[in-house]
Amino acid sequence: MDLHPINALATDAERAAIDTVLGPPLADTTIPAAEAKARRTFLLPALLGLQTRIGHVSEGGLGYACRRLGVPPAEAFGVASFYALIALGERPAAFAHVCDDIACKAAGADQLCAELEQTQGKPAHLHHRADAPKNLKHQATWAKSPCLGLCEQAPAALVTVARASPVEQSFGHATPQRIAAALKGETVERPTLHLGSHGPRKLLARQGCLDLDAYRAAGGYQALRRALELGPEAVIREVTDARLVGRGGAAFPTGRKWEAVSKAAAHPHYMVCNADESEPGTFKDRVLLENDPFSVIEGMTVAAFATGSTKGYLYLRGEYPLAAQRLERAIGEARAKGLLGTNILSHRFDFDLELRRGGGAYICGEETSLFASIEGYRGEPRSKPPFPVQSGLFQHPTAINNVETLVAALDIVRDGAKAYGTGTKLFCVSGKVRQPGVYEVPLGITLDQLLQLAGGTEQPIKAILMGGAAGTFIGPEQTGMTLSLEGAKQAGTTLGSGVVFVIDETVELTPLLRRIAAFFRDESCGQCVPCRVGTVRQEELLHRLTRGGADRPRELALLKELGQAMRDASICGLGQTASSAIESATRFI
Amino acid sequence: MRTLTLSIDGSDVTVPEGATLLEACKKAHVDTPTFCWAENLTPVNVCRICVVEVEGARTLAPACSRKAEAGMKVLTDSERVRHSRKVVLELLGSSVDMSLAKDFAPLRQRYGADPKRLAGETVAQPVKIDNDQFVRDYSKCMLCYKCVEACGTDAQNTFAIAVAGRGFEASIATEHQASLGDSACVFCGNCVGVCPTGALMFKTEFDLREAGKWDESRQTVTDTICPYCGVGCTLTLRVQDNAIVRVTSPSDSSVTGGHLCVKGRFGLGFVGGRKP
Repeated sequence: MDLHPINALATDAERAAIDTVLGPPLADTTIPAAEAKARRTFLLPALLGLQTRIGHVSEGGLGYACRRLGVPPAEAFGVASFYALIALGERPAAFAHVCDDIACKAAGADQLCAELEQTQGKPAHLHHRADAPKNLKHQATWAKSPCLGLCEQAPAALVTVARASPVEQSFGHATPQRIAAALKGETVERPTLHLGSHGPRKLLARQGCLDLDAYRAAGGYQALRRALELGPEAVIREVTDARLVGRGGAAFPTGRKWEAVSKAAAHPHYMVCNADESEPGTFKDRVLLENDPFSVIEGMTVAAFATGSTKGYLYLRGEYPLAAQRLERAIGEARAKGLLGTNILSHRFDFDLELRRGGGAYICGEETSLFASIEGYRGEPRSKPPFPVQSGLFQHPTAINNVETLVAALDIVRDGAKAYGTGTKLFCVSGKVRQPGVYEVPLGITLDQLLQLAGGTEQPIKAILMGGAAGTFIGPEQTGMTLSLEGAKQAGTTLGSGVVFVIDETVELTPLLRRIAAFFRDESCGQCVPCRVGTVRQEELLHRLTRGGADRPRELALLKELGQAMRDASICGLGQTASSAIESATRFI
Repeated sequence: MRTLTLSIDGSDVTVPEGATLLEACKKAHVDTPTFCWAENLTPVNVCRICVVEVEGARTLAPACSRKAEAGMKVLTDSERVRHSRKVVLELLGSSVDMSLAKDFAPLRQRYGADPKRLAGETVAQPVKIDNDQFVRDYSKCMLCYKCVEACGTDAQNTFAIAVAGRGFEASIATEHQASLGDSACVFCGNCVGVCPTGALMFKTEFDLREAGKWDESRQTVTDTICPYCGVGCTLTLRVQDNAIVRVTSPSDSSVTGGHLCVKGRFGLGFVGGRKP
């Protein structure tokens, strides 16, 4: 492709940062269009390479990435400016993202942010504007962040120190002192994770197995052996018979998805694990990814075998550095021991996978956005049909599954659908319960029982957010509901990604609702009108409503009308659910 | 050619396989509004004004890009469709200066849209004037992606602009806000040719409007052939007071597909002896 280059030159450090990701450059010749198409997928890794090692993406750095990959500079800029973790202006190398989302807000994040202002100065406003002037220099060392997936240890922070060997850590129980220590590059301890269960643990049975020996000792790789004995069709039959449905929130039957991909005529097929867990209040996948990385890898391998995929991508949200480190290590070990690669376990089955990290964009958890992000484009969703099973990653048949779904499939394949029964599900209990954490429970217990597992509440419950920001609030009178798809439907709510966020009388609801409205406004990709403008109007309406003095019936009616159009006419699930929690909460305000 | 039959507002319509619902609506003589769709560009289905109701579907579908299927039952004027179209018009009208989008006012009437109900933050910003050919007034940009498509693989393959930023802050941009002269732009003006809202405008037209001298009643429109190379592109010249104020090409022209190069688009300043 004949590209117009950026004139600004990259520094040696910027070149080194990109070369670390892409490998040493070959002769400096023009990249043929076909070659550029194949290289495009490395755009986000290259940009993140700059971000983590240099601390921002400069004009020169962007230009060098474009030359290495054959990407037009304007398009690369469009991609870089899409992601919240990528800074386009120079800023201090050490930077903190401090969560002020719902769970952290209920745990005093606003107070924490006020204290941080005293010691660290004003936060940067990470707006996603494209018109930031050239060579902008930021002084701020921190910014407020959407949910970091550490809700059980709220309030949380993610601190990055950009240098040749980058330091990235996320931790809960954040204080100005702990954040200051992390900004200096010191390691900050994480509080002990709380796990609980009702009955035997299946999904959480292998927690802490960080190396292959430990994982095998805990029963690891028995499912893959069984799968290889059964053959792809029988694996799919077991998963279908077990009635496993997706645990990312949409609850689509996993067996049907795998079957459609396995039968798709076009090749290659891809297996993608959606580990972009970003729904506010959700942290169950983080717990699996951090403490049981081999289960995720084995789950992907089983899914790949069932769907006839030889290549996989594990798309991990950018805000999970610990999971990234442990997964990298586990993938390396699995590859070294012949559990990834060619002729896996001496069968004629080849599969390998690549870990890809996100750049800070909730929308990339939407499957078609996730594909666009891996392909090196802006994480914009597209209309369905065609569905991913027909045309997914790189326009090929793709099985895309949530982390927990893949781990749940292991038990089904190993023990058979019959032994699996109704199965268990992970719930992310946070907010005002005595023991926030991840709880594994059989589907069918009541919400009350789950809350008791989490130690109950000290004060009377005011409301519970079910399913995350895209879910709905329910009142204290509804805690008798059954935790199952049908039970949730009956109660007029959703299980979504398993969020159970509890607030009691000590927590104000209005700031939480305003945060949810701001969240959707910030996270809208900007593509379609109902979502791009609708999320802004929703935030404005909510502010008018909660400020009081407004024409309440009129504002409420407008909110409802707006919600209807966003639900009906938005391209993807983000816009379609952006009004859900707020509409459900208007009865409380 | 294989065909299929579907129902649009209760009437059966037969269309070729692969046809979109928009094409089926056209065949059924149902007038479907569009902003981001154009016959010479790949549909991006972002404006959502063309949404229709497909029986059995949870959400509405964009007619411009949804393929027709045999037996589909489509409603184009149901309560849900009218409501979404109305709100889309209100969202656009309350955030973007749509005054020069020619279909906007009639559609507002047709759907009873009142943008004032949803008044709030807008995309208002200063006009970008960094060259003599055209100006960029992004206060009028509804982010239909047409200019990006025309600059990219749908026509010019220059890739000088892209959508940058995210959400309400997303906008059309060059890399790091480089001026068009410093960017990959070749000034073909195909972005201006496809812009539905007047956000991209000939400098001649912009200057006349600024001076209050733009007067369509004094203008003539004439088709001719470009005088430059041997390709023979059709030019449509808009002339006011004996001066060419805007050059376009018909999007159904078999030679141009609506797209021109810098010479045909901006190189006619010699006519009448004016400086270019």
